Amino acid sequence: MHRLALTLALVLLACGLKPAAAERLVVSLSNHRVAVTSSFIGEDLVLFGTIEPDAGKPALRSAYDLVVTVTGPRETLRTRRKHRVFGIWVNVDSREFVRVPSYLAVLSNRPVAQIANQDSLRRLQVGLDNILLPQRIGPDIADTVRDDPFRAAFVRLEIQYGLYRESGTAVTFLTPTVFRAAIPMPANVATGNYAIDVKLFADGAMVARTNSALEVIKAGFEQYVADAARDHGLLYGILTSLMALLTGWFGSVVFRRD
Amino acid sequence: MQIYLPIADLPVNIFLVLGMGLAVGFISGMFGIGGGFLMTPLLIFIGISPAVAVASVSSHIAASSFTGAINYWRKRALDIPLAMMLLSAGIVGTATGVWLFTELRAVDQLDLMIGLSYVTLLTAVGAVMIYESLRAESRARKGMPATLRRPGSHTWLHGLPFKLRFKRSKIYVSAIPVWAIGFIIGFVGAIMGIGGGFLLVPMLIYFLRVPTVTVIGTSMVLTLVTMASATVMHAATNHLVDAVLALILMVGGVIGAQFGARTGQKMRGERLRLLLGLLVFAVGLRFAYELGVQPDDLYSLRHVGSE
Repeated sequence: MHRLALTLALVLLACGLKPAAAERLVVSLSNHRVAVTSSFIGEDLVLFGTIEPDAGKPALRSAYDLVVTVTGPRETLRTRRKHRVFGIWVNVDSREFVRVPSYLAVLSNRPVAQIANQDSLRRLQVGLDNILLPQRIGPDIADTVRDDPFRAAFVRLEIQYGLYRESGTAVTFLTPTVFRAAIPMPANVATGNYAIDVKLFADGAMVARTNSALEVIKAGFEQYVADAARDHGLLYGILTSLMALLTGWFGSVVFRRD
Repeated sequence: MQIYLPIADLPVNIFLVLGMGLAVGFISGMFGIGGGFLMTPLLIFIGISPAVAVASVSSHIAASSFTGAINYWRKRALDIPLAMMLLSAGIVGTATGVWLFTELRAVDQLDLMIGLSYVTLLTAVGAVMIYESLRAESRARKGMPATLRRPGSHTWLHGLPFKLRFKRSKIYVSAIPVWAIGFIIGFVGAIMGIGGGFLLVPMLIYFLRVPTVTVIGTSMVLTLVTMASATVMHAATNHLVDAVLALILMVGGVIGAQFGARTGQKMRGERLRLLLGLLVFAVGLRFAYELGVQPDDLYSLRHVGSE
């Protein structure tokens, strides 16, 4: 993957836009596994990394930009819009967003719009405005323009829930070549595999790219309950009802007054 | 202290939920109702999705009505044959309700349906209760008997066929209104996440002329069975019952109900009915406001599926 990313970067750069790439990214994540337990209230992960010169290549440049994109497991969501019908507010229109990330964080050292021009941001899918969010429109599945009202509302709501974010301050350069990025995982994150894509920019062009991954899993009791509810619904329901009876009986015994 | 709810998929403050259970339990014990019509909106308010709230509250109501039913059983204030008769229809009503719940959820109209049912039922029942209790109070002030029940008085309901005799309640009525009431309670309970006690008690008194001695105990048995079966059906079809949430609510509810019952016994019946009527009406208005006023955000998201 490293080699592929590097080759890709080299190919892009070989188009004659920039001098040949001379950088390599080395990153490390503080924790590759986030366990959702009964006391889970969210967790902040830290990604550390350095920019290293490739062997036998000229010295490093002075200014870099870094964009870290974290993409959660895919899910399908429906965005609904209310309209007034006979005096009450009812969901009338809806649009289905097909296989979009359940979590999406675009973290950079300065706003992405300042890092590269719109064309390359769009091509490299950098920033919430440029990442593909396919919608089902009639028989087709396609992304719309970024100011489409349903797309805008979808992104706005996901930001409100803390599941989507774009931050131009989340990546900090400790030295010109050593950086750290804070990845906030809120309490409502979905379980599954998360992909981390790190892109290095210099003078508005991508010069290196690498990736990493993390996993969010339900652990212990939480996993047990969630699995039981999903896989053995009937048994789970009967047990919950029995629990209710037991609690009710217990209450009447404890507080018995005669 | 935060605890992560495995099905609702969000962390809640355990003391907040326990406190809600206590408060609603107190009210339910005071008025002899399940309290689901208060609990479901409260859960939605703290961020739990309406579907999970409705499904989980059913098990909470099962617990509190079981406590109540045991107490009434000890006092021999239950009419088991009447409860069984109501139940046979109640189960069908619950199954229909759970089915409609699933269908409405698929077409994005569940929230609307829950909202509309709350508005119509609560404002109507609340208004009737306020009116009746105010009238009873003014009669009492004039020195007339406060009771509205006229023993022996017959309505067209008593002319229907398939008559049955219920010994403990000392009534002789047609099976048709009994089945109809059972079905409505089961149906409404599954859709709205309420036990329907506040509906069932007046229905039994006004339509079937069930005496006050057996009415609450019998209503609790019905509530218990419809809510327990709603829990099982919701768990089996929608997988939305959060057992952790339900347990916290149950513990709070069962404790609160005991203190509520003691407070309730110190108050006069008409005053109690007036208070309950006002409470029911206020919750109904709250839902009407929500449906009628333009929401802050016209857009909302709903999960369709994940991988």
